[in-house]
Amino acid sequence: MAANSGSLPRFLERPTSYTTGVWGWITTVDHKKIGIMYGFTAIFFFLLGGLEAVVIRSQLAFAGNEIVSPDIYNQLFTMHALTMIFLAIMPLAVTFFNLIVPLQIGARDVAFPRLNALSYWIYLSGGLLLNAGWILGGAADSGWFAYAPLTLDQYGSGGRGMDFYSLGLLVLGVSSVAGGLNFLVTIINMRAPGMTLMRMPVFTWMAFITSILLVTAMPVITIALIELALDRILGTQFFAPGAGGDPLLWQHLFWVFGHPEVYILILPAMGIVSEVLPTFSKKPLFGYPFIIFSGIFIGFMGWAVWSHHMFTVGMGPVANATFAITTMLIAVPTGVKIFNWIGTMWGGSIDFKTPMLFSIGFVFLFIIGGLSGVSHAAPPSDYQQQDTYYIVAHLHYVLFGGAIFGIFSGIYYWWPKFSGKLLNENLGVIHFALLFIGMNMSFGPMHWLGMDGMPRRIYTYGAEYGWEFWNTVSTIGSYIIALGTIVFIVNVFYTMRQERRTDLADPWDGRTLEWSIPSPVPEYNFKEIPIVNGLDSFWDTKYSTDEQGYMTPIPQGASDDNQEDEEVDIHMPGLSYFPFITGIGLSVSGFGFAIYSQFNVVGLTVAIVGILATFFGAYGWCFEPADPEDHH
Amino acid sequence: MTTHETAGHATTTGLDNRKVMMWAFIGSDCLFFASLVSTYLLYRGKSVVGPYPYEVFNIPYTSVSAFVLLMSSLTMVLALGAIQRGDHTRLRIWLLATSILGCIFLGGQYFEFTVFVEQGVTLQGNLFGSSFFTLTSFHGLHVTFGVVILMSFFVMSLRGRLSQEQSLNIELAGLYWHFVDIVWIVIFTVVYLIEAPNIVH
Repeated sequence: MAANSGSLPRFLERPTSYTTGVWGWITTVDHKKIGIMYGFTAIFFFLLGGLEAVVIRSQLAFAGNEIVSPDIYNQLFTMHALTMIFLAIMPLAVTFFNLIVPLQIGARDVAFPRLNALSYWIYLSGGLLLNAGWILGGAADSGWFAYAPLTLDQYGSGGRGMDFYSLGLLVLGVSSVAGGLNFLVTIINMRAPGMTLMRMPVFTWMAFITSILLVTAMPVITIALIELALDRILGTQFFAPGAGGDPLLWQHLFWVFGHPEVYILILPAMGIVSEVLPTFSKKPLFGYPFIIFSGIFIGFMGWAVWSHHMFTVGMGPVANATFAITTMLIAVPTGVKIFNWIGTMWGGSIDFKTPMLFSIGFVFLFIIGGLSGVSHAAPPSDYQQQDTYYIVAHLHYVLFGGAIFGIFSGIYYWWPKFSGKLLNENLGVIHFALLFIGMNMSFGPMHWLGMDGMPRRIYTYGAEYGWEFWNTVSTIGSYIIALGTIVFIVNVFYTMRQERRTDLADPWDGRTLEWSIPSPVPEYNFKEIPIVNGLDSFWDTKYSTDEQGYMTPIPQGASDDNQEDEEVDIHMPGLSYFPFITGIGLSVSGFGFAIYSQFNVVGLTVAIVGILATFFGAYGWCFEPADPEDHH
Repeated sequence: MTTHETAGHATTTGLDNRKVMMWAFIGSDCLFFASLVSTYLLYRGKSVVGPYPYEVFNIPYTSVSAFVLLMSSLTMVLALGAIQRGDHTRLRIWLLATSILGCIFLGGQYFEFTVFVEQGVTLQGNLFGSSFFTLTSFHGLHVTFGVVILMSFFVMSLRGRLSQEQSLNIELAGLYWHFVDIVWIVIFTVVYLIEAPNIVH
């Protein structure tokens, strides 16, 4: 398609020479660089959400406290949830999809490298759009599940926050669907020869299931958000009670998305833990097929439990009983996985390195969170717990103790693969200890506060309720988490200043293909596409198993794997501006619609400019040669 | 759209990445329309004020435009057959025909909307208006997008930039186009043909 590029302005021709510097990052389509950008952006948002959490806890530290105003408080707890879910945990999971999945399946990149870049740029700009309310008339303030009609001006705060909520999440949804489609196709279609589905590493399997959930769940909330945005901006009647609008419509659409979303958040962490535990126990994963089929079952059943978020709205005994049974059923595969992880560690020679500590912490805390989850699977018990701090305790045990611990485990585990440097082990242990203690101190007491009737999202409380002691403990716990996070940041900066080492290709004696190539990973990943002969095939090149099931090292001949000197001519996809233009354009149009009800003309103009930029970017993209060499 | 991201590499399933992608996207889009149709069904007969669907629907008129859209699937298949045989003249004829049929459908929808608005059905008026216009407009946007793609291929073909080897482009556009047609069959049945009782008034 050489001639096509001739019609493009010269400055938009596919860049070939920029490989470093700002333009190198903006135009990159390399899954590793995109993954690194995802990671740092997500950690930035994680810190932002953490800061919001610390302010919330400070406000609740003492009875009758007034550190922030009630309005700001509403925005803080709403934005804390949105930031942590959509801008921190999901993108951190996608970070690992980007960095790890192509390496684990023996591919040179994802199926659609430019689409991958687009996902990142939409995520970054969409995250800023979601947060733009802070400086433009108030951030979202109706809670993260934003029940209608409280999200309409006449019933809510009247601030502009919910415009940024609906448009921001709509834009972010495009990023998630694009990412989900990309990894779905990558995992189906880009595996190395011999890597059958049942030889895929568990992390890749969980990425696969998560991608399916992303692709199917996001369209549902997209519709809910479109209806909300239309109600707010164009005055449709979807959620207007006076016109017959049904509040249950929002609740069903939201939770049909919202419960698969829960598994979108936790399955990647389960995948990471399933990689870390065998590696540091020096044993193969116990019951690999059980873990895989449990994951599939969780992904499938994740669609059949959404109404357990709505037991108290009055759906009737049949619906409540049905969803209670499906919810209890979904605890079974989760329990199977926990037994598998324990079975993996059982009798292993365990090496308590930081990634392992976080994974063990994950199993421990996820059991607590899982058990409290089963306790509100029963509607009568849920009637008592609904909208109390008990729920807050539960969700933080599974999302912080679960997802975040799994993600930190992955960060310590895979850090050397992409930097050629090891995160400091002593600081890592301190980080883990502070997070573990702080997490239990912060969220443990919330179980008792909730059982004692303390409502969720309450601005403050009177001393006579007797909630002050445990709230103070909880607040101190949140400060300890903050301290632990600072230790992590110090560790990152400390490690970045270290010399790059060349002996870190396989620092943990790993099982999966990413450890068979040098660290940091060369641009083309694999010099030769590997051939896979079984599960843990990289381990099989290093160990054999004797009759008792113990592993004995195979003497290694002089390896020539790490000889980087020889020239390799592997053709990689060229850089491109268009994902950047398309992604930013989409968010700009979202911004225009979000401010439309305040500033009609300006908003419409901005929206049109954004849409034009999106179309320009998309059209240029389609006619851009996939291969920069084509027009030389 | 014009180039192979994976040119020269064998894939695990043997299918082109873009084909797997299109099927996955269609799966995703099913959920999108399912949610919109669910909203319409939930609000069927729940409008507190009129005008109500049975007062404005003109079934013969919409049947004709539905027929036009279904015929465009036939011309789409003929276009794909033409490029696979390397018959570029017929490819252009059938691409143009498909686009024109799509445009006739869109024009019909525009006219129908105008008539409805004159009769008082508006986006803001009642639940019927809100859910009807949102559902059918998103379908219309899908058709519009399809017409843009088909016209792009038509122009590319005229300028000699769509070779027989690139027939996958037309195949993928066809998958999308047929999907959008099928969605219309669902909408036409659920929205127009199943008569909505109005319980409230």
